[in-house]
Amino acid sequence: MAKKKEVSQRGAVHYYLQSTSGVVGAVLLLFMIIVSICAAMGWLPHNPLDQNIESLLHAPSSKFWFGTDDFGRDVFSRTLDGMRRSLTVSITAVSLAAIVGITLGILGGYLGKWFDMVITRVSDVFFAFPAILLALAIVASLGNAWYETSLAIAIVYTPIFIRVARGPVLSVKEMDYIKVSRILGYSSPRILIKHILPNVFAPIVVQIALSLSWAILTESGLSFLGLGTQPPNASLGLMVSDAQPLAAFAWWTLVFPSLFITIVVVGLNLVGDGLRDALDPARRSS
Amino acid sequence: MQGISKLRRLVFSSTFIRIASAITTLFGISVFVFLVLRVIPGNTITGAFGIETGALNPQQIAELRHYYGIDQPMVMQYISWMRSFLSGNFGYSFATGRSVFTLTKVALPVTVELAFIGTILGVIMGIAIGMFSARKPGSLRDFGGQLFGLLALAIPGFVLSTAIVTIMANKFHYFPNSLEYMPPWKDPWMNFQQMMFPGLVLGIAVAAPVMRTTRSALLETVDKDFVRTAFGKGVPSRKVQFKHVLRNSLIPIVTMTGIQFGYLLGGAVIVEKIFALPGMGRQVLEAITRREYATVQSSVMVFAIMFVTINILTDLVYRRVDPRIK
Repeated sequence: MAKKKEVSQRGAVHYYLQSTSGVVGAVLLLFMIIVSICAAMGWLPHNPLDQNIESLLHAPSSKFWFGTDDFGRDVFSRTLDGMRRSLTVSITAVSLAAIVGITLGILGGYLGKWFDMVITRVSDVFFAFPAILLALAIVASLGNAWYETSLAIAIVYTPIFIRVARGPVLSVKEMDYIKVSRILGYSSPRILIKHILPNVFAPIVVQIALSLSWAILTESGLSFLGLGTQPPNASLGLMVSDAQPLAAFAWWTLVFPSLFITIVVVGLNLVGDGLRDALDPARRSS
Repeated sequence: MQGISKLRRLVFSSTFIRIASAITTLFGISVFVFLVLRVIPGNTITGAFGIETGALNPQQIAELRHYYGIDQPMVMQYISWMRSFLSGNFGYSFATGRSVFTLTKVALPVTVELAFIGTILGVIMGIAIGMFSARKPGSLRDFGGQLFGLLALAIPGFVLSTAIVTIMANKFHYFPNSLEYMPPWKDPWMNFQQMMFPGLVLGIAVAAPVMRTTRSALLETVDKDFVRTAFGKGVPSRKVQFKHVLRNSLIPIVTMTGIQFGYLLGGAVIVEKIFALPGMGRQVLEAITRREYATVQSSVMVFAIMFVTINILTDLVYRRVDPRIK
């Protein structure tokens, strides 16, 4: 049993590495993660908050790789720091959403009855909302600290995980081996964790990659609207917003933060697609 | 005959169930929005007076609370808002001195027009590029199409809008959105110019998922036996593409379009802000910062009603597209 499982896991990695786009996505994502770690460790050429009145709006040069903004701050350091903040907020949000959503989804699908009904009803309510509007309202009510933005995004994306986890559980639960487990008298937690969880694993992993990309877009959208990260801290959305009046004569203030958002979202989407193909045996042949 | 009437009853009852569940959902939303707003620190008074709130004496605050109706118990506030919402005036906006219905009557058409333009552009671009891609999977043109899909998905609307505004305003000295907004019935040409770019930005956002869905649905259908048969009996290639392949791939495309139309309403918040369009998104955004409870609640309800209606309509479109769905 154990050996067989190992083979299938190795198979997934093998298939993943065969897809070019998956590998490209993984490289892009890895690059962004390394860059964020550098920012977190403070390994930046300049302090992202340091204003320098002698170097306002410098074009990219060997000293300022991405140029400087209208406060003389180094755009390169700010972009990296903004990426770190975006990733921190998004990863926290998606982890939270995934843990809560998967737990509720599996329990709802498995237990059924009123519990399931309440959960589906509540997630329907959330689905009837445009995500950014919901996040907007929640951020306005919670506040601007990074963990509050995370919490708002987590609330928005929890229903997606509920739905993704619940679906497979509903079909798996009727299968013979689950019925047998129940007849054998296995406890519910054991059935849930050992027999049901592995079956919802694939769609959830894919969902995590995709949700991360949406979370990054939502986070940057919120800070663009002035509701996420507050100045003087750097955030990609805020940098784009600040660049609006500058972009005409200082293109670098707009281009670099935009490029970083795009690259990380492209990376996550490619990783998501790669994972979907690698984890789904039916799609491997194509 | 009996079979048909039975079927009709079935369709009717499932529609009925859908509508009933939609109403429960809407009720849930109304409660949720109501509560979220009450959790926001600050209230209508601080929203209206800002830091001068500190200078008010308790007597004045009590009077203002009464004036704004926030001295009532929560349940009463909810009931009174629901009553005004259902009666159709949507509550009162203190900052503008008008009923929220009056505001919505002006703002809603802007957003709906924007969403329609976005959806139409998005569906056209998405299906065209999806078909273009799916014709030769793995080829260079497929790569190009998929790259478009990926970038359209990854470039945020606010980046695209900012770039467009910057280029148009500074390189071409053309920015119709800096002028006063013109509704289409007053000045259709001006309206078109003002809506063109925001519509395009939203359209690109819609095109990405539509393109990806179209491509994978087409690839799946192309492998089916009836398509091979059609080719085999000599039906012209173009006709097979449209009548056999596309037609049978429409269901996921319609679903995706329905979902996207809903999200457009959200995307409108950002695009309306950048392009200075007086739509629902801006109305909500401003009302949230001013803590105008009735305005936010009623506007969000309008969004939600449209969203839910679109979901039901999507369901009805399915039935037209696919007779198998009962």
